[in-house]
Amino acid sequence: MKQNSIIRIVVKLLMPFIILFALYVQFHGDLGPGGGFQAGVIMAGAVVIYSLVFGLATAEALISLPVVRSLIPIGVLIYAGVGLFSLIKGRNYLDYSALHAEAATGQHIGIFVVELGVFITVFASMTAIFYAFAEQQKQNEEDSK
Amino acid sequence: MTGNQVLLQLNYWLIIMIMMMGFYVVLAHSNMIKKLIGLGIFQTSVYFLYVVPGKIIGGTAPIIASGYQVYSNPLPHVLILTAIVVGVATLALGLALVTRINEAYGTIEENDLYRPDEWRQ
Amino acid sequence: MASITPHFPILCVVIPLFGALLCATIRNSRATWLLAVCSALCSFLCAVFLLMHANDRVVSYAIGGWQSPIGIEYRIDSFNAYVLCLISGIGCLSVLYAPSAISEVSSFNRPWFFSVMLLCMTGLMGMAATGDAFNLFVFMEIASLSSYVLIALGKQREALVAAYRYLIVGTMGATFYVIGIGFLYVSTGTLNIADLTVRIAPIKTTAPVLTGISFLIVGLSIKAAIFPLHAWLPNAYRFAPIPVSAFLSGTATKVALYILLRFIFSVLGVQFFLGTFGLYEVIVTFSLGAILFGSIVAIFQKNLRRMLAYSSIAQVGYITLGIALANENSLTGSLIYIVGHGLTKVGLFFVAGSLLARLGSDHIADLAGAGRRMPWTVGSFIFLSLNMLGIPGTIGFLGKWYIALAAAERGSWWLAVIIIMTSLLALIYMGRFIESAYFSSCSDEKIKSQANSIPWNMGLSLAILTGLCIWLGIDTAILTDKARAAALLLLGANL
Repeated sequence: MKQNSIIRIVVKLLMPFIILFALYVQFHGDLGPGGGFQAGVIMAGAVVIYSLVFGLATAEALISLPVVRSLIPIGVLIYAGVGLFSLIKGRNYLDYSALHAEAATGQHIGIFVVELGVFITVFASMTAIFYAFAEQQKQNEEDSK
Repeated sequence: MTGNQVLLQLNYWLIIMIMMMGFYVVLAHSNMIKKLIGLGIFQTSVYFLYVVPGKIIGGTAPIIASGYQVYSNPLPHVLILTAIVVGVATLALGLALVTRINEAYGTIEENDLYRPDEWRQ
Repeated sequence: MASITPHFPILCVVIPLFGALLCATIRNSRATWLLAVCSALCSFLCAVFLLMHANDRVVSYAIGGWQSPIGIEYRIDSFNAYVLCLISGIGCLSVLYAPSAISEVSSFNRPWFFSVMLLCMTGLMGMAATGDAFNLFVFMEIASLSSYVLIALGKQREALVAAYRYLIVGTMGATFYVIGIGFLYVSTGTLNIADLTVRIAPIKTTAPVLTGISFLIVGLSIKAAIFPLHAWLPNAYRFAPIPVSAFLSGTATKVALYILLRFIFSVLGVQFFLGTFGLYEVIVTFSLGAILFGSIVAIFQKNLRRMLAYSSIAQVGYITLGIALANENSLTGSLIYIVGHGLTKVGLFFVAGSLLARLGSDHIADLAGAGRRMPWTVGSFIFLSLNMLGIPGTIGFLGKWYIALAAAERGSWWLAVIIIMTSLLALIYMGRFIESAYFSSCSDEKIKSQANSIPWNMGLSLAILTGLCIWLGIDTAILTDKARAAALLLLGANL
């Protein structure tokens, strides 16, 4: 698909907007539709379309498979870590009001951080699934040659 | 069961119809991917089952604003977000299993998978 | 920093979760095994502490600081803590046993294997600990998805099909559970199980509540492999790796039975269950069907693991028979049987795994003469089978004795006789293997020349399990007191 100049140029132009939209959806999750899961999927969609047009090797040079696989538990660790932080501060697990002196700000910070963790894990999981299917396709093509 | 009664509870009739359609697809089709699609339809009807009673008549979106007293229930939406994510994860795992089964057996029709005596080992 | 003891309800669920995540981040195969054993052991210690602590009171823990009934609450009473100890103990032993028995998992993938095993344990512990109905569904799906992955790791390609079948059937079961909770939520407005008990009392006989309860019971029966809905179990246990079969046979079905007991007895109440809902005849029929079907089909199996799987179906039949009789003795018997079957079946799978690892086969015909070459291993198999049969002095006998006593109290003498007769069926299928192991000799020279001693971690897990069976069989008071306390809690006043 790299030869088709229309697709190549349009995707190149659209990529930053897709990523920006993913971040917009991420940060507006508590006021409107959105949040970590939706934003992670949109961001993974950006990686997918980049890989479809420019090739798997280029996408893997951008975000390599080991990096993606190690991001999956890191997002959940951020989420569980917030709960652990509340435990250390003496409150119950996942009690966001332990994160700041005022309870309301603490809730805000807590939701922000856990949504970030969800975003990282969902993005990494979707990208890893896509890479796994794409590598298998490459393997099948090599086997049949 | 007058027509008026059916119309008043149209939501629930549709929920049950979609639920049974999905259930039928899971049972009747032998193609593994079609079974997964049927499972998805079945789970979608469950999402309706939660969200439809959540809307309170005359209620507005559940964000506190002056001038509104009645709000729709936000809890079913949160529950269904969780259920949707679980459904996506199940679908992804099912598709990965179907891919591996295709590699191992060469087919994704359940009826063609095995000879009966091979299965009983 | 304040004291840690009020946080034990959440710690026993979160420690395996952290263990799973750290296993997925660290890529060393040996280090992740040690990490997995340590986190499972810590979770087991938390569960034991809760068991000692929750004797006559309820430990309630509000997640996120939001009080129930608005927030999610973890509610540990004596019944809960009993199940938590079982799950974490068996999880710890299975992870300890695992590395020598998963030759089909490459060492690159071992960290992921332990991570998913710990995730499964997190899901099961969360199912047992939580007091919120939808939180229970989330943990149920965590445990189920992890178990589909674990089963698909088996050596033969049939493992993939078994995992796919289990995925379809298990997801239907979980979705039925969600439909049931949906109807109950629409009728009462609350998801907290304790609050549900209070709010459901005046409306128990209305149509939405009855529909919801029916969906819920069917969904949980699928997960617990109760007789007509058991079809996923034989293939899943036959083709999964041995540590996975052992772990799931000891815990997954038991947790589903725990939730069934919780909803039937604590939420609905015994009178409603036996009287208006009228399930007594249905459950007794299905229990007897399970016992007879499981035992008779197990007699004809040529593969050791498949025989143990059908035997599991039969043993679940005994447990549901105790549930149907629904008085103090029968519930005590069922709860003792839950722990007893958990320990013995896990041990039997461990022995099958040791024989598979050393002799290379799990067909009964190929294992001929194994008793002479691996005397301790097959000896523990004999001891564990005697436990399962119910020889006096073992935990199996305790469970069956109480259930038979309850049947006699009720006046159904024929049930007590059937319980004793069907134990003889278990003697037949266990006896087939023992006869092959001791009184035949193997003709295959290659199998004859394999090494005879099993790896130290397999031996240690097997020894701990056998020791526990001996201890709990002799000092019957420990198990009986805990089980009786839990049974009284279930039968007594609502939560």
